[in-house]
Amino acid sequence: MEADVIDTLAGIAPGSHLDSVRRTRRAVAREHAQKSYDSLFAPADTGGFAPLERFAVAVFEAGLHGQAAIKEFYVARLRSAGATDALLAAIDAEIAAAATKGPYGAYPKGPLSGEDTQGPVHRVAGRNREALGPRLATAFEHVHMLVFHPRDAAPPSLQAMLDAGWTTDAVVTLSQLVAFLSFQIRVVAGLRVLAAKS
Amino acid sequence: MTDKTVPQSGHVVPAVFTRDMLDWLPWLEPVAADRMTERQLASLVDAARVKSDYFRLLARDPDVLEARTRTDKDIFYNPDAGLPRAERELAAATTSRLNGCIYCASVHARFAATYSKRTGDVDKLLAEGVGADLDKRWNAIVAASVALTETPISFGPQHIDALRDVGLDDDAIVDVINAASFFNWANRLMLSLGEPTPAAS
Repeated sequence: MEADVIDTLAGIAPGSHLDSVRRTRRAVAREHAQKSYDSLFAPADTGGFAPLERFAVAVFEAGLHGQAAIKEFYVARLRSAGATDALLAAIDAEIAAAATKGPYGAYPKGPLSGEDTQGPVHRVAGRNREALGPRLATAFEHVHMLVFHPRDAAPPSLQAMLDAGWTTDAVVTLSQLVAFLSFQIRVVAGLRVLAAKS
Repeated sequence: MTDKTVPQSGHVVPAVFTRDMLDWLPWLEPVAADRMTERQLASLVDAARVKSDYFRLLARDPDVLEARTRTDKDIFYNPDAGLPRAERELAAATTSRLNGCIYCASVHARFAATYSKRTGDVDKLLAEGVGADLDKRWNAIVAASVALTETPISFGPQHIDALRDVGLDDDAIVDVINAASFFNWANRLMLSLGEPTPAAS
């Protein structure tokens, strides 16, 4: 079992002030954030969602957040899961092409329409589609929407995943993985800022 | 055999942020209540959640659901020190307002109003958005939640200073970070796996 990943990524050392806050005040949240990580990245049964795909999504998502150290953490695990240099290069190219600012998106037509904000709908480039394969290429388009404009989500994006060979179970796990990372990355970023001010 | 989404039609689509009760309609098939395994039932943590399409859908991956739920409950319900419950809910409602999760915002605006008794301020946040002027303490919590929710994350030392200025200690600041971050998790599930509709009265 890995050491607590949030502590590792946030640079929280055993015995430090923030270690004490996390362990004494919110021990259950700390334990289960780690169990969430373990269940997503070292599951008892990987089902229809291979470890290489899980870490590839994590590298892409950390890259979309501009979080270099978190991205490197997942790159190391993606390499251990057997990624080729071509796959890593394709993910980097997609991060460069896809990074933007969020959250944006549209509301149901009505009083909130004035708050609709436009932004890109990401499509994986043809030259990267081959290295990623159809499953990951379709997943990356969904992941980009979840990261930057989740309020634009609609059934066709899920159906595209199912059509690319993802099962319903695997789509649920992928959704959890992307959503969990949105949490983990923010906790790490927040705790780092707090640690620097302690 | 390719799986299919579950199209929803004929329902009313809420077009404003509200504290009213909403229901949630799934876009993927939940596990049927009478076909849940023991592991899936245990992953709900609260047995009553077997009535919820949302939780029975997430029960397709029970280990992740259970860990998610126990993380959620400790961040929001643990009464030991830190931020008052009302203000953890304020961070959740703010995050949901900015991401645009009408369902999540309805639930956590209700909790924020109930625990704070500041219904007018909560309604102002829902109506005007995250730029609403509430009071100095709530503005600092809202601004920190916004900075944590934006991508790239814009949370910085100035947010810590502002939170300390209005009386938050490090336990409370960790609660703001946890609550806003957790709703970036929750919002993405609720927004992307289904949609809200007014609760049947």
